[in-house]
Amino acid sequence: MKAKPYWFKIKRFIIQSCTILFLFFSSQICFAAGEKITFPKIDWSFSGITGTFDRASQQRGLQVYKEVCAGCHGMRLLAYRNLKAIGYNDDEIKAFASENSVNTLNDDGEVVEREARPSDKFVSPYPNEQAARVANGGAYPPDLSLIVKARSDGANYLHALLTGYVDAPAEQKIPDGMYYNKYYPGKLIGMPQPLYEDGVEYSDGTKATPNQMAKDVTAFLAWAAEPEMEDRKRLGISVILFLLVLTLLSYLAMKQIWAPIKNR
Amino acid sequence: MSKAKFKNPVVKWIDHRLPIFSFMDHELNHYPTPKNLNYFWNFGSLAGIALVTMIITGIVLSMNYTAHVDYAFDSVERIMRDVNHGWLIRYIHMNGASFFFIVVYIHIFRGLYYGSYKAPRELLWILGVLILLLMMATAFMGYVLPWGQMSFWGATVITNLFSAIPLVGESIVTWLWGGFSVDNSTLNRFFSLHFVLPFVIVGVVILHLVALHRFGSNNPIGIDVKGTQDTLPFNPYYTIKDLFGLGVFLTIFAAAVFFFPNFMGHPDNYIEANPMVTPAHIVPEWYFLPFYAILRAIPDKLGGVLFMFGSIAVLFVIPWLDRSSVRSSQFRPIFKIFFWILLADCVLLGYLGAMPAEGIYVILSRIATAYYFFHFLILFPLLPYIEKTKPLPISISEPVLSGSSPASAFAFREKK
Repeated sequence: MKAKPYWFKIKRFIIQSCTILFLFFSSQICFAAGEKITFPKIDWSFSGITGTFDRASQQRGLQVYKEVCAGCHGMRLLAYRNLKAIGYNDDEIKAFASENSVNTLNDDGEVVEREARPSDKFVSPYPNEQAARVANGGAYPPDLSLIVKARSDGANYLHALLTGYVDAPAEQKIPDGMYYNKYYPGKLIGMPQPLYEDGVEYSDGTKATPNQMAKDVTAFLAWAAEPEMEDRKRLGISVILFLLVLTLLSYLAMKQIWAPIKNR
Repeated sequence: MSKAKFKNPVVKWIDHRLPIFSFMDHELNHYPTPKNLNYFWNFGSLAGIALVTMIITGIVLSMNYTAHVDYAFDSVERIMRDVNHGWLIRYIHMNGASFFFIVVYIHIFRGLYYGSYKAPRELLWILGVLILLLMMATAFMGYVLPWGQMSFWGATVITNLFSAIPLVGESIVTWLWGGFSVDNSTLNRFFSLHFVLPFVIVGVVILHLVALHRFGSNNPIGIDVKGTQDTLPFNPYYTIKDLFGLGVFLTIFAAAVFFFPNFMGHPDNYIEANPMVTPAHIVPEWYFLPFYAILRAIPDKLGGVLFMFGSIAVLFVIPWLDRSSVRSSQFRPIFKIFFWILLADCVLLGYLGAMPAEGIYVILSRIATAYYFFHFLILFPLLPYIEKTKPLPISISEPVLSGSSPASAFAFREKK
């Protein structure tokens, strides 16, 4: 009992605290697992603690957003200047912004239109929610700025949803203006299938299959939801390395300080 | 109080007039602490550090936050996107709340296991329960501030509980809201209270510490300190041990903040609040789930509210419900078994709180709720009449009476 108990106690402490932590967290996990629909798991470049975004994929994703999604979905939390983070230069961003126009006041106090600038937020396709609903048969196309964070297992869900349009089973009645999607909760979705073979033409020669486009636009939207992710993970690794060294040193200091008490 | 000797003349001059240095020397340096504390005694100081972390990050966040229904959600996103390292501050604050509760719950269960609530530490315990209650109020109101879907609907569900009060319930709810629904005035007052309550917590924490330092820490074998041979000065022995514990805590905390910042959150809270759309399942933050399960277990609204508040209220009186004079579970074989059942029961309640209130979950919630109250109201007072406790050691540093008992092997950090 003289030599062993110290490690024994540490081990016991670790086991006990892990058990407690596990018990607390497991309720969360069980909750998350409560949803019945399972999505195909994609091996995203940005998953894992060292994962980063794939710039080429993000840029293709922006193209998909621009040519397919932006007709109905806004991204109001993103500014055009933010696109610098996915590898565009100032001129490209300026050109991209200027394709859109925003309302402003002139010197006489009249509302006039001007070209959007890099400092402007992404211009939404509809002036307000009501207009969006009227144009879409009562359904509101949600803003996509945070969509990946706002859904459970967001990236996989989004990819699944975009590729989940299949023929409905015979017994399923499809109301007017609704579409069948096997991954949408309730299976009936107001959004028609957005991605078709060669729906966009990628400038880098990548074949624009629906699966490829879904992956690309998801990579773009994952970045839009968490633009800080790469910085966060990079900083996290340094912080944790620092803390591990600090913890080790304080452990050694503790052992040394307590040694006379233990060996008395 | 022995007069501390300070070499620095400025310190000396000040201390003679304002004995703040003597006080710190006495309470933080020489403060006699039982020599056999295990790692579960780290969680008190961790809770204090978590509180300070929350206050500092919270103040910084408030400098960039706008408490208005039209701007709150976007102002949080501005913090996440445009404020330099705003995402870091916000993720620390957001995950800090969860970790604060993890630490405090471990701290509470440590108190239950080792009988730290017993005489003469009843007030220390009561102040602790008061801190828990204040923390819950603060956390609840803080969760409303980002004005996501769960913020809004959580606030709606919880404030509506007060409508269960007979006669004046509806008026009270209107008064709490400052209107006829959860709206801008509700958000404003929640922000105001969320800012001020942490400082009230600091006040109660100071009282908690004053009460602690009156008799000192309890210890794993739960017997009183008999003299200086049983104690060590807090510094350096426990300062270094707390530092090591802090290192472990911060490493785990950092892993959550940097790599899984939204693990403990709900995705729906990244959808802006919309009073016209109710989420499929309204769930509170994980640390409220056991209480939420108790609330829903009772088929009557007022009854549910009473049981939920009762589940905390009962904690205030357990120093008098537990009639046994033996503190530590190590010498109470039956109590110890029931302690683990209680812990499992609370975890089960947490799980049930996250599940929809239907079918088997309702029945299980009722059983688990019944056990929770049985444990404190019936088991605590009656167990001492049945249970045969193991012989207590003479003192922390003396050999135990029955050296062969497994309890003794379990108990001691120091060897003879």
